[in-house]
Amino acid sequence: MRPMFQYLNGALPAALEESAAAAPGGLGRRVFLKMSLASGFALYAAGGSAQEATQGGSGPGAPEPLKPFQQPSAFVAIDADGIVTVTIGKIDFGQGVQTALPMLVAEEMDADWSKVRCELAPAGEAYKDPFFHIQMVGGSTSMKGSWQQYREIGARMRAMLVGAASKQLNVPAAQLRTESGSVIAPDGRRLGYGVLAQAAFAEPVPSGVVLKTPAQFKLIGKPVSRLDARAKSSGRQDFGIDLKLPGLRTVVMVHPPVFGGRVARFDPAPALAVPGVEEVIQVPLSGGAVGLAIVANGFWPARKARELVKVDWDLAGVERVDSAAQLEQYRALARTPGIVVEKADTSALDAARPGLGRISAEYTFPYLAHTPMEPLNCSIDFRGDRCTVWVGSQFQTVDQAQVAGVLGLKPEQVTLNTMTAGGGFGRRATPTSDYLVEAAQVAKARHAAGKSGPIKMIWSREDDVRGGYYRPSHLHRVEIAHDRQGNVVAWKHVIVGQSITMGTPFEGFTVKNGADTTMTEGVAESAYPFPIALEVHHPKVNVPVLWWRSVGHTHTAFVMETLVDELARAGRQDPVAYRRKLLAKHERHIAALDLAVERSGYGKTKLAKGRAWGVAVHESFNTVVAYVAEVSMKDGRPVLHRVTAGVHCNLAINPRTIEAQVQGALVMGLGMTLPGAAITLKNGEVEQGNWNDYRVPIHLDAPQVAVFIVPSADPPTGMGECGVPPIAPAIANAVAALTGKRLRSLPFPA
Amino acid sequence: MISFRLNGQPQQVDVPGDTPVLWVLRDTLGMTGTKFGCGIAVCGACTVHIDGQQRRACVTPIESVAGQQITTIEAVGGDRIGQAVQEAWVKHDVVQCGYCQSGQIMAAVALLSANPKPSDADIDAAMSANLCRCGTYVRIHAAVKDAALALA
Repeated sequence: MRPMFQYLNGALPAALEESAAAAPGGLGRRVFLKMSLASGFALYAAGGSAQEATQGGSGPGAPEPLKPFQQPSAFVAIDADGIVTVTIGKIDFGQGVQTALPMLVAEEMDADWSKVRCELAPAGEAYKDPFFHIQMVGGSTSMKGSWQQYREIGARMRAMLVGAASKQLNVPAAQLRTESGSVIAPDGRRLGYGVLAQAAFAEPVPSGVVLKTPAQFKLIGKPVSRLDARAKSSGRQDFGIDLKLPGLRTVVMVHPPVFGGRVARFDPAPALAVPGVEEVIQVPLSGGAVGLAIVANGFWPARKARELVKVDWDLAGVERVDSAAQLEQYRALARTPGIVVEKADTSALDAARPGLGRISAEYTFPYLAHTPMEPLNCSIDFRGDRCTVWVGSQFQTVDQAQVAGVLGLKPEQVTLNTMTAGGGFGRRATPTSDYLVEAAQVAKARHAAGKSGPIKMIWSREDDVRGGYYRPSHLHRVEIAHDRQGNVVAWKHVIVGQSITMGTPFEGFTVKNGADTTMTEGVAESAYPFPIALEVHHPKVNVPVLWWRSVGHTHTAFVMETLVDELARAGRQDPVAYRRKLLAKHERHIAALDLAVERSGYGKTKLAKGRAWGVAVHESFNTVVAYVAEVSMKDGRPVLHRVTAGVHCNLAINPRTIEAQVQGALVMGLGMTLPGAAITLKNGEVEQGNWNDYRVPIHLDAPQVAVFIVPSADPPTGMGECGVPPIAPAIANAVAALTGKRLRSLPFPA
Repeated sequence: MISFRLNGQPQQVDVPGDTPVLWVLRDTLGMTGTKFGCGIAVCGACTVHIDGQQRRACVTPIESVAGQQITTIEAVGGDRIGQAVQEAWVKHDVVQCGYCQSGQIMAAVALLSANPKPSDADIDAAMSANLCRCGTYVRIHAAVKDAALALA
């Protein structure tokens, strides 16, 4: 079989290399010592920090010229009415950066928040992440990584406004102050930013700026309503799929039934007979596959034609995966020596020893599809020597390079417009740019045939559910020896699962000694001081895999937090007290856990009959989330009633968004427990096709959620993903308290 | 030519009769507030009102609604209940990605039109037919209750 990523466009690694070489402040590849990709990246810098990477010429010595990402003109526009439009280099697909990033700019600008608007930037040099050197969102890093950069932009803009006002008012800049969108002189004269804007942008751009201290914040730290709330509550928000262009054609794909399958022959006649259908084109797809594109004057005719087109598929040499067989294969692999990630003494496990208890556990996790609400789509207008793309992209630089590669263009010949996206959860950060490459192939084929005009490719929900790029399936095998107090004496841990990043340009950053850190995160960097001997296996499987919101933590947190609970009970200790003792050196874990415990009433309030608490605490993306869940059983299945969350994300930029992110991530995390939340394959074909057979959480599944944030003034950490991992183990721990039964697989049994 | 009323105005379209209302709205009329999510009536992103009843536009052939009144998210704020629901949505900052919210709002308006004082269980039952992958259910629940209160 073929490895999934061998077809990566050659232009991409080169483009990424180039951007790394152009890194600011000499922070080249050395900062990429270890990088764990999430729906992006959690990043562990050796040679510098995200903050250092974004600091401009404010350091000692001669000031360096400002880089594009430090220039206010790329990020701020002010119109004559004083409306401040902040252009952000990140996509917003729900996580709230299009409110939070403008908050950072507005805070330092002293802008009038009621006049602040936000726009998403196209792919561009100024919008490349100063740390990753590509334009992207991932690893819950947007606020952490932009904290310094966007405030500096705001402070520079403010200084330029003050400079312009100084000339107009004939008052030294040092005597002027700013407030709510105006520059104010000591005598009370004031000039609005709208009046000053034109002159301000002609002012020199200061390199060094002094930023506010947290005590001076007026906006940061306050619960602020989303800037997009009204547009998204009235149908006025346009998403990528809503793009309207003159002459736009809709493209619906015919994908092979097995990954890597190829069209052998096809009869387009029945499809072409559908009114509105214009073409049926054979196109190369990602991963060596070959499929068909149906071009029509709208989605409905194309969709109808797809049912009618007759295709014979060539599946020769294509591995046909079977989930049941895969589980047996993984189970057998877990009993063989793997790649050693962490060494520890496991001799206590070699033979039964008096006085030592034993936990022997196997955990299994299925493939998971992301299924964002907005079906995957993109629009392309290819004009031979240039091209415009409209897409809800999380990896603008990557997608731009991939499309350019297909079309034989340079990346700068591809204009990529970032569209508001209806969810992503990792699916829009695809190193192969799979669906964009498809659309580009269609555009290329049409152009070669002399057809012009833009196309919009829309994947149906079935295309999405069956389209691969899943959270990989995993099997964990754990052997633990412990004493009567629940103290761990030995711990052998084996994880089996496909590598997400091997074969991608990210491999060098994430794969260490043959082991993918995006699979081991959460076990390998566990805050618990256990002597874990960790080995991994990365089988090659003909199923494309990808990060899924919180990545490795989706499975590692479940394994670790249920085992910790089991150890506490084995040692007859309270699960909270047991965790507090082990986490004593981790102040943020303790603070988050204590807050959740205190606010939940755990250990104090008497629960209704038939209910039990379940606790879990886990750090991911530098943020600690603790959940105390209240659960009962109904018809043999858990019902989640109420969750109290304690969150330590350092400084809370917008507490309202943090609350919403935790509520939403919690729902997504509990979704992993629901029977039917699994992608399975039989004879190479995905057995699910839509939300009728791939279970996702519904309104009824959502518990009451109370979110509490640990106060802090330290630089902010990630919030987009950290709420996912600890909920499934919290529920499982409550189930164990209620039934004595340990649930070791997600989803839970039906 | 198929005739119906759209958001209070007479409308005619020349499309095959089996074309779903969703694609008439989106592709023929350029009204993209109503969203495509699943195509099989399980997610509710395409929820519209037809003669006041909520319907899944993705599986409703346009010929089946000839002569009837279609109301979409673009106009639902024109009545008292729709406006209260939209205001509650903004007040509670319900949206995240926002893609499902047109359908959520149409479902909430249908619920409150039929049942002005829904219990928690009523809201759970009525709103469970509309999926949200961002998991905004907690806030949707609060907003529906708040809208009911505002309308009381």
